[in-house]
This record gives sequence, structure tokens and C-alpha cells, in this order.
Amino acid sequence: MSFDVPDDRKYLESHEWATTDQPTRIGISDFAQDELGDVVFVELPDEGDTISHDEPFGVVESIKAVSDLYAPVSGEIVAVNEALHDQPELVNEDPYGDGWLLEIEVSDDSEFEELMDADEYEAQIV
Amino acid sequence: MVTRRPPLYEVHEDRGAGFTDFGGWEMPVEFDSIRAEHTAVREAAGIFDVSHMGEIRVEGPDAETLMQRLTTNDIASMDPGDAQYACITDEDGVIHDDTMTYRLPGGDYLFVPNAGHDEEAEQRWVDYRDGHDLDAEVSNETADWAMFAVQGPDAVGLAADAVDALGAPLGEESDDLADLSRFTATRATVAGVDCLVARTGYTGEDGVEILCDAEDAEVVWGAFDCQPCGLGARDTLRMEQGLLLSGQDFHPEENPRTPYEAGVGFTVDLDTEFVGRDALAAQQEAGVDETFIGLTLQERGVARHGYEITHDGETVGEVTSGTMSPTLDEAIALGYLPTELAEDGTEVAVVIRGEEKRAEVTTPPFIDQ
Repeated sequence: MSFDVPDDRKYLESHEWATTDQPTRIGISDFAQDELGDVVFVELPDEGDTISHDEPFGVVESIKAVSDLYAPVSGEIVAVNEALHDQPELVNEDPYGDGWLLEIEVSDDSEFEELMDADEYEAQIV
Repeated sequence: MVTRRPPLYEVHEDRGAGFTDFGGWEMPVEFDSIRAEHTAVREAAGIFDVSHMGEIRVEGPDAETLMQRLTTNDIASMDPGDAQYACITDEDGVIHDDTMTYRLPGGDYLFVPNAGHDEEAEQRWVDYRDGHDLDAEVSNETADWAMFAVQGPDAVGLAADAVDALGAPLGEESDDLADLSRFTATRATVAGVDCLVARTGYTGEDGVEILCDAEDAEVVWGAFDCQPCGLGARDTLRMEQGLLLSGQDFHPEENPRTPYEAGVGFTVDLDTEFVGRDALAAQQEAGVDETFIGLTLQERGVARHGYEITHDGETVGEVTSGTMSPTLDEAIALGYLPTELAEDGTEVAVVIRGEEKRAEVTTPPFIDQ
């Protein structure tokens, strides 16, 4: 089975992605959504909260399991994907698009250096 | 421990199934999506590979006595072709496993312990037989059998189409599998293969369970054109019905429960002689302190195995199983509460990641059939 790994963003080992622009969008990878199966509930922090690189910031519940979400980069949350409240399945249907989780104002650009690019991430999931 | 695999492991792998370890078996957990598989079973039909279930054959002059002494239900009432659900209890009445017993058309008994429980069941039967000088042969045939469940409103029709010919006992009076009563079994030929077909299941839907020689598994599996389903959907389907999962909703060491506490008192026949009978008779007389209950969450979140249940801020119980119900789109859970809180409508809370989420006691099944 092959998974979509777009090369316009960077990845954390625990399967979250971050775009490299400002503000930065954060979500989970195609591989991660497939592993979780049907997502039924996403618990996210609020706008104005801050998240920290490689620290848990929320959880995603699928029918079969609950999984922590880790922040690829640190920063202040400027937007939360409210659509997931009623349509958590967007995480399965479009993990890199409409299924995004948060937008943050990144506080330390150098953290992007610690993330994997698409090729490195793809090598990890095969 | 060596992981065991069902006969059709490679067939499922080629079909794109994801696998999980369950009771020492590497089994398909999901073929497409739990939701899609669950919905297929509620609305049409699905087929599950349940070859991880054990099969123990008991035969010989004292087979009936041995079965009677080690299961809680009345084995003596079974005719060839009958199926019966029962618990396997110890001297304290604590459930070690729950099982379906089939009285085979030839008269032997074949009972089905849960995944990974076949060896301890075999041992329990052999020890009891030897300790009581009973004349019976006990054979663990788990590796010899494949077992499939075809479940859903269309399942019996699909099975009737797949059957070429009926054997004993149903074949003696009918040529239509649809005439098979609930909780009975019959010999039947499916795609040329001799099978035991039982009108039983673990989903709350109508349907059949089919046992065949492991060598013929692929032919029988291939005779059903319906949604393949994994253990994920099997779990959500049984939870919506409030059906127990051995080792999770009861466990002889981690969560010892009697049939009365676990809501399966109907499997206990106190007029028979079995291991645990006296303890259960005393408990039936005194009443149970704790009772198996269902919960529906009133706030967002999913309750899962091991989460605390509170009432007025005090811990009063624990969730044993929980999920988001695909049928209801509501979080549902099973667990135990003190009997005085077990009334429908009682407001409690489930602690999810440190936060109390309101929940209401609801007697399962959660969905109407």
C-alpha cells in the first residue's frame, strides 16, 4: 500500500506534518489517518494557546483507538479547524487539505531543520 | 509465545487487510473501514474470519456428564443439532471464559472457547475427567477448523444460496437453510465442502456461523459475495448489543466476575451440577453487589477500557469496553457499577484524560433490532 507524502511540507516522526510558510498549518499524514481508521473525534487546544515542538497538544480518537498529537514546531495558535467538530472524518478524507488541525505563528524557524522532508518521511513509513 | 495465523492469512493480506494480535492470533482487524464494515452488517451482510476461536471436541460415554460439570447451562437438554451459550466457571463461580457448545449431528459435543483459551479449556476438561474417572475423549481441534461468521439481515439468504445440500439434522425435514432455527446447527455442503452451519453469531443480527476443515477454508470463504469484515467491526457490533468480550469485560484475575454480575445469569442452570454451582446459588439468593451496565456519553469524548466511572465525584466503577457507536454516532461504553446505581437513567461520569464527562446508565442493547 502506498501513501501520499506531499513534498511541500515537513514531517515529524510521530506522523504530523507542518507547512513551512507563516502562519504554519499542522495536520497528520495520510499514513497516520490510515493507521487510525475512522476518525470520530479530535480534541484540540484553543486559539491563543501555545504548543511546543515534539510535545503533545491534543488527541485524535478513531473508532478503534486514541492517539496523542505532537507538535512539529512551537508557536501560538492563530486558527483551529472548526469544521472537524462536526466532520472529524475530514481527517481521513483529506489529511493534507480540509482535514488540517491547527494554524500557528511559529516562534522559532530553526525547528523546521529538525523535521524530516518528504523523502525521509516516506522512507520511515515503508 | 508463537503467533498463530488463520488458514486464510495470505488471502486476507492480498485483499489489503490490516492485522492485529488478538489472543495470540494475528487476525484481520480491518479490510476497508470499521464504519463501512459495521454498516454492511447492520444493513446487508458481512463475512468475518473467526478462525481464532477454539474448537474442543468431547466424545464418549461420559461426554455429556463432563460437559455438564464444566459449563453453567443445561447440557442434558441438548439434542443433536442444538447450540447453547454458557459460561465456564471456577469453584467461586468466577467466569474463566464464555463458550458456545454445539451438539454435533452425530452426538459428539464441540465447544468453542475464545481465542487463546483453547489450551486452558482442554486442560480443564482433561483434569476434571481424570480427577473424576470419567470416560470421555477430549480433543483440541482448533488448528483443524476454519470458522466464519456471515452476519446481517441478508446473511441467511446468502447462506441459503451458498448451500448446495443440507445434511443432518435439518436436511431430514427441509431443503431450505432458512428453516434452521436460532441456536441450532446442521450439516450442509457449501461449494462442495462439508460444513457445520449454525444460526448463531455475535453481532445482534441474524446470520450463521460456519465451521469447515481448515484445508477447505478458501473455497467456503469464496462462496460468499459480501463485505469482508475484521475484528474491529466485530467489536463495535458486539458492543452495541452489550455482548461480553472474554478477557476484557471479565477476566479471572484482573476483573473476576460471576455470570450474575456480568448480566448472563440466563446461562446458569442451578438445577444442574457444575463447578461453581454452590457459590452461584448463594449469590443468586443474596443478590449481586455490582452489575454489568451500559453507558451513553452525554459529552464529547470516547470512553475506553480501564477508564474510571464516577458518581458525585467518587470512583464507583470502571469501563470495560467502549467505542464510538457507528450506528448511533454516540460514544457508548460497558462496565460495572454498584447495583444501586445500575438503574437506567442514573447520571454518572467517565473520567477521560483527567476530565469527568457526563454519562447516563442505559441497559444494553443500545440499538433496537
